[in-house]
Amino acid sequence: MEKILIRDVNFWYGDFHALKNVSLGIEEREVVAFIGPSGCGKSTLLRLLNRMNDLIPATRLTGEILLDGRDIYDRQEDVDRLRKEVGMVFQRPNPFPKSIFDNVAYGLRVNGIRDKEFIAHRVEETLRGAALWDEVKDKLKASAFALSGGQQQRLCIARAMAVAPSVLLMDEPASALDPISTAKIEELIRELRREVTIVIVTHNMQQAARVSDRTAFFYMGEMVEYGLTKLIFTDPLKEATQNYITGRFG
Amino acid sequence: MKKLLEKLVASIFTVSGLLTSIVILLIVGFLFSEGAGLFRNRIIDPGYVLAVNKSNPVRELSPEQIKAIFDSDLVDWAEVGGDSGPIVPFRLEDADRYFSEAQLGPNYEHAGRLIAELIERTPGIVAFVPGQMLPPDAEIAFIEDRTISFSEIFAGKEWFPTATPSPLFGIVPLVTGTLWVSFFAILFAFPFGIGVSVYLSEIASERTRQLLRPVIELLNGIPSVVYGFFGLVVIVPLLQRVFGLPVGESGLAGSIVLAIMALPTIIAVAEDAMHNCPRAMREASLALGATQWQTIYRVVIPYSISGIASGVVLGIGRAVGETMAVLMVTGNAAVIPTSILEPLRTIPATIAAELGEAPAGGAHYESLFLLGIVLFFITLAINLGVEAISSKSRS
Repeated sequence: MEKILIRDVNFWYGDFHALKNVSLGIEEREVVAFIGPSGCGKSTLLRLLNRMNDLIPATRLTGEILLDGRDIYDRQEDVDRLRKEVGMVFQRPNPFPKSIFDNVAYGLRVNGIRDKEFIAHRVEETLRGAALWDEVKDKLKASAFALSGGQQQRLCIARAMAVAPSVLLMDEPASALDPISTAKIEELIRELRREVTIVIVTHNMQQAARVSDRTAFFYMGEMVEYGLTKLIFTDPLKEATQNYITGRFG
Repeated sequence: MKKLLEKLVASIFTVSGLLTSIVILLIVGFLFSEGAGLFRNRIIDPGYVLAVNKSNPVRELSPEQIKAIFDSDLVDWAEVGGDSGPIVPFRLEDADRYFSEAQLGPNYEHAGRLIAELIERTPGIVAFVPGQMLPPDAEIAFIEDRTISFSEIFAGKEWFPTATPSPLFGIVPLVTGTLWVSFFAILFAFPFGIGVSVYLSEIASERTRQLLRPVIELLNGIPSVVYGFFGLVVIVPLLQRVFGLPVGESGLAGSIVLAIMALPTIIAVAEDAMHNCPRAMREASLALGATQWQTIYRVVIPYSISGIASGVVLGIGRAVGETMAVLMVTGNAAVIPTSILEPLRTIPATIAAELGEAPAGGAHYESLFLLGIVLFFITLAINLGVEAISSKSRS
């Protein structure tokens, strides 16, 4: 069974039809990249997966999104619990104005975990997992704003991983970073795929080619093509995909 | 031609800037020069002396003691460091009681000699009379007349600037009154202000927010005398009934009116700060499974805490300097407040109420300017506080 199954999804911002009849399945512990030009709907689809678009007024959704076979837009769904299961990393590093330690511990604390020892253990574990531990272990009490942009983004990844999600959504996680930091993030993605299913939105096609197993190409709210990354980048079925990945538009 | 015009405009701006700065500095300078004059005043009314019997060892009395003596609150010389014996206060008006009109003469021409003799033969007397009236050869002693001391003003517990023979300029009751009322005003305004800011910024829909914000800002535009009137007509009688007070005019009434007046400032500034909390910050919190409330109190409020603090301190600033509304509802008793339900009096209210009855250049007049200086420093400290808080948030 697929980890995530998107079935006939249509989505509107007011009158604007942002997603048109999108269907795709994502296997467990796969890395799936969404690519496409700006405004194609790839970020919208990503944010539907943890119901982040609930925050935007006057939106409408039809179709189904299933996580482990469960409809996440069901009336019974506990959105806060869903977001714990489906973590998210944003385009710009957005650490809280708190210490490095408190940033990572935040997700645990809001989920009612009080055990100090457990929190400390988990913070170390996830910071190690995000390849950040050696850089910050001596200044856990320092403000997260004191870190560099790349470090901040890895901190945000650690923060998302601390609550042990089964899916990690990444919305252009490296677009605000320099090439070296980007390389570190990509390496991290390859590490994390052993633990979680990753959906990544990216503008950078080389990045999609480097990190993902499958790629979905979106254009004007429609999913044009979805398949193994190798095939999409070497032998796409559709002409639009071919044009986009060869840089003819976008 | 064009260059000349530009130069002209530039010089006009320079001159107007200079003029404004000079005027402001002059006002501050005026405040200080007038206020400092109080320290050159003597404790006994100008032109008068306090005469005592030669045998009386007491030569020094503080203004408080003088006032107590003439109010008959102090009745024995032992209490002021002299030999035990009753104090007999004497004012010029009392001459009629001691002497007949014939003795005094039709134009009081004998009064000086008679009073001098009275002082010579009454050991317990302390007479408050014009110095020129007493004959220079009289065998009498005088209470030392010195200038008002710093501590009598800044540590003085009684404000009684119209008392004779010795006015009291202790500003402690006025300063405590001001701080007391402001403190309670903030105590009331803080929870409501934060509550409304959180509601407007986090919970209300955009439409409600667009509707409510101007309404709250409108509150800032209502003249303070209207708030005072409202307080006098609604809050004062209400407090009187609820707490069973002899008078409803009290520090509490002032605090409530001030809290209402400080609310718009607190709400506007705090709401702005919370609204400026980046969406990315909220989304990061929600994406970790935090509820809306957890996001508000763990992320939004800590993020905007310096803005909230600025709002509160600005609100305090408004409360401390407010005059009219407080004057109308606090009852204006210049005593050190022991309970918020008692009447009290603030610095601005004192200045406004008493300036009209204080003769220009007199000690009373100068004492009001000194109060102005004290208020100036309190608000200066508050403004520096705001500056410090907001610069801390910027870094």
